[in-house]
Amino acid sequence: MNIASGIVFQVLQSVLVLLIAPLMLGWVNQCRAWLQNKSGAGVWQPYHVLHKLFHKDAVLAHNASPLFRATPYILFGCMWLAVGIVPVLATSLPFAPAADVIALVGLFALARVFVSLAGMDVGTSFGTLGARREMMIGFLAEPAMLMTLFTASLISHSTSLVTIVDTLAHREFVIYPSMAFAAVAFLMVLLAENARIPIDNPTTHLELTMIHEAMILEYSARHLALIEWAASLKLTAYITIGFAIFMPWGIAQAGDWVGMPIALAALALKLTAAGAGLALLETLSAKMRIFRAPEFLGTAFLLATLGMLTHFLLET
Amino acid sequence: MDVSFLQPIEAAVTLSVIWIGLGAIGLACMRVPRLITNVVFPAGALVSLALAATGLWAIGAPPSSAILPAGLPDLPFHVRLDALSGFFLLLLGGVSFGISLFAAGYFRDTEATTLGQLTLQYHVFLASMAFVLIADDAYLFMITWESMALSSYFLVTTEHHDEQNRKAGFIYLLIAHIGALGILLCFGVLHGGHGDYTFAALRAADLKGYWATVAFLLAFFGFGAKAGMLPLHVWLPEAHPAAPSPVSALMSGIMLKTAIYGMVRVIFDLIGGIRWEWGLTVLLFGAATSLFGVLFALMQHDLKRLLAYHSVENIGIILIGIGLAMVFIGSGHPVAGALGLIAGLYHTLNHAVFKGLLFLGAGAILKSTGLRNLNEMGGLIRYMPHTALYFLIGALAISALPPLNGFVSEWLTFQASLQAPQLASSVVRSLVPIVAAVLALSGALTGMCFVKVYGIAFLGQHRHEMAVKPREASGWERAGMLWLTIACFALGLFPVFMIGEINKVSLALTGTGLSDEAMNSGWLWLAPTSGAQASYSPIVFLLVIAAVFGLTFLLVRHFYHGRLRRADPWDCGFPAQTSRMQDSADAFGQPIRQIFAPVYLIQREIPRADDPQPMFRQSVEDRHWYSMYLPIARFNEFLSGHVGKLQQGRISVYLLYSFVTLIALLVFAQ
Repeated sequence: MNIASGIVFQVLQSVLVLLIAPLMLGWVNQCRAWLQNKSGAGVWQPYHVLHKLFHKDAVLAHNASPLFRATPYILFGCMWLAVGIVPVLATSLPFAPAADVIALVGLFALARVFVSLAGMDVGTSFGTLGARREMMIGFLAEPAMLMTLFTASLISHSTSLVTIVDTLAHREFVIYPSMAFAAVAFLMVLLAENARIPIDNPTTHLELTMIHEAMILEYSARHLALIEWAASLKLTAYITIGFAIFMPWGIAQAGDWVGMPIALAALALKLTAAGAGLALLETLSAKMRIFRAPEFLGTAFLLATLGMLTHFLLET
Repeated sequence: MDVSFLQPIEAAVTLSVIWIGLGAIGLACMRVPRLITNVVFPAGALVSLALAATGLWAIGAPPSSAILPAGLPDLPFHVRLDALSGFFLLLLGGVSFGISLFAAGYFRDTEATTLGQLTLQYHVFLASMAFVLIADDAYLFMITWESMALSSYFLVTTEHHDEQNRKAGFIYLLIAHIGALGILLCFGVLHGGHGDYTFAALRAADLKGYWATVAFLLAFFGFGAKAGMLPLHVWLPEAHPAAPSPVSALMSGIMLKTAIYGMVRVIFDLIGGIRWEWGLTVLLFGAATSLFGVLFALMQHDLKRLLAYHSVENIGIILIGIGLAMVFIGSGHPVAGALGLIAGLYHTLNHAVFKGLLFLGAGAILKSTGLRNLNEMGGLIRYMPHTALYFLIGALAISALPPLNGFVSEWLTFQASLQAPQLASSVVRSLVPIVAAVLALSGALTGMCFVKVYGIAFLGQHRHEMAVKPREASGWERAGMLWLTIACFALGLFPVFMIGEINKVSLALTGTGLSDEAMNSGWLWLAPTSGAQASYSPIVFLLVIAAVFGLTFLLVRHFYHGRLRRADPWDCGFPAQTSRMQDSADAFGQPIRQIFAPVYLIQREIPRADDPQPMFRQSVEDRHWYSMYLPIARFNEFLSGHVGKLQQGRISVYLLYSFVTLIALLVFAQ
């Protein structure tokens, strides 16, 4: 691989994911609308919302600190770095060795801590409530996520996503029982971490139930736009991490121009299917009471641990 | 002076003696407090820096030893400085540099007599820690260990007018001595009744059968008591809040680490022949300690108490690293063992840096607002922006977030635990990743805890009417915190350099280090096993986030605008907001209290419905007090009550005792 084509691939992937992330969100919302017998706002709606928000004048609380103003940018930076690291289109990207899966989880944690702090910054009742709940979901989801990733790491003897993809994509097709457990756990973590039903509802502003929305209540205009964009990036990042671990087929090598159209087609197909699946899941389930969240994520953690033990007992 | 004539050990001894000298000057000059704060403490800080340099030098140099012209006749003091001692001297010097700078500002308003005594104890404390690290015989080790405990006891009880502080000091001294007893007995077992007490002799001792395990257990619990390991942790949350903040920083940042030093020295070096069962013991105690520490930290609203519980947690994380090292070495995988040891030692250094920083930050808050209770703070970022920034860095570092230093050592610990498939025993093999899961859980909980601390103390609106506006910390104080903040960044962004140094320690101690491939991966990429297995580059992390930050900022302004309007907070349109509607520290911990309820001893008083002045009371306590400490204390009291009956106070009865004893000896010991 030469460095120039690696950089081209890196830039291509980062920009592409940045641009299609709101589309992904639009697609999920559109599917959900269809499933609920509504006509929906169209898949391009998130772009209109972003455009509108960027145009508005930002309104800031009197006592908001610099931390509050910096957080949307930090969040956006974290999420963009995350999608730069995950092998979405190609492996062996120049940024890929900057973080393995553990560091990726750390990156998401960094973003979460900053948003929670920003939620507490103005000192309103909902802000602190949201921060508390978000951190609760976070500490429950993070170990489950790590255990899921450890299962994949133990199979491929590496915590680097690139090596995981290479190992898992090029082996003969065998269903590992450990990976089945891990996949279910990962899906549960994905729902929780991205503020989806059944843990949180991204469209709600009902005071008693909201988590993520409560934290960002005080944000407006460009700050809010960045946060929304970062949220769609985060969803895309999680989904593509899931692809990399559980369905790594089609991902090209960096510099492999022939593999590129295949990779693009595979990605489009997988994202479309994942978005529709997510919408279906969200339509079929109801939002849980917040007290049930520990149970839900505890189950995810146990499934992931079970997957790992299965690997030790059955697959070595 | 030509350096080649000077051995590292001589430099270390000289610098430690200078510390004692500075302390004596402080006591002598207590009539001139300005001299103490402007000269003695900064000079002590310079000595720290020189000691750190000596430590760094000693890591690379061959071991140097000396015999001091002190001690008893025929029983001189042996000192020796090898890579392990060098590493801990680096930690001691590097961290105490920042703390002494801070102390120069912090003790400015202390009353003269107290200041004089405090200066002496402070520097004697530092010097005795240095001597603990370079002692090369059990005799000097125990003497300096005890003088460390005593000088810190006096520092803890600096404000001895408060009964609470005296009680805290007593518990500290008690557990310190139980630990010291264990260490003394461990040296006794190693000595085995012949030879002398130099470490060289103890190292050469060949322990038969179960004696090695006995020595291990004595050392583990003896040093564990000083480190704050479960269940011997109870002194820590009492003593740290009682001591003045720079002393808390010293105790938590450095003194606990001397216990880790002792543990590594005795187990890896003196006892040797590590068994994996020992490693498993350390690993399980470490996991329990770390989870327990953070769960209790989340329940606290006294900032310093909360930080003390986090010290318990971090000691647990260090023990997980060391335990992994022992499991791997004991089962014949020295390279994976070296990785565990490096993770443990790196976390030791990191914890010293960020916990020192956080305690200094807590001290700055205490000094400027008089508050330790989080529930009364709020919005301090507006009054103390510098302290707020330093504290934020410390909080992010301790929460193990990239790209700061805490993350690097936790990452290394995870990498070490992922070496588990090498192990033969399938029970251990599946236990190790579960310990890693516990580590992940406590890492995430730490994040929650520090969101609570930072969000409640520094952000939001202040919850308490303050008589005077809080002032920003003084220049000396800020310099001390800045130094440790820089260290958090340096250790986080350039971990490869320090890991290279610690690798030398591992080589000297266990004969094995990381693989050549790992060491040659370049300064930008941290890859402890090989690049294909795992790699991490904090610099790229930071640069990309900073670049995206700047780029987004500019692009948004270029394509749209940067207009901004200030208004009242919205909060879903709710008009009548008061600062009491924010979460208190206890409210923030509520989900944890609910999820982990069986861990705590919770007492609640809920008011009756018709109570005109309803009050809700709740206390969360440590079960260990009631299930372990109080029964032992009661049994002790019972026993001493009965032994006390022997004391009649009449000389004839005592003569009778002597007579009976003599007869018994004549009968049995012919």
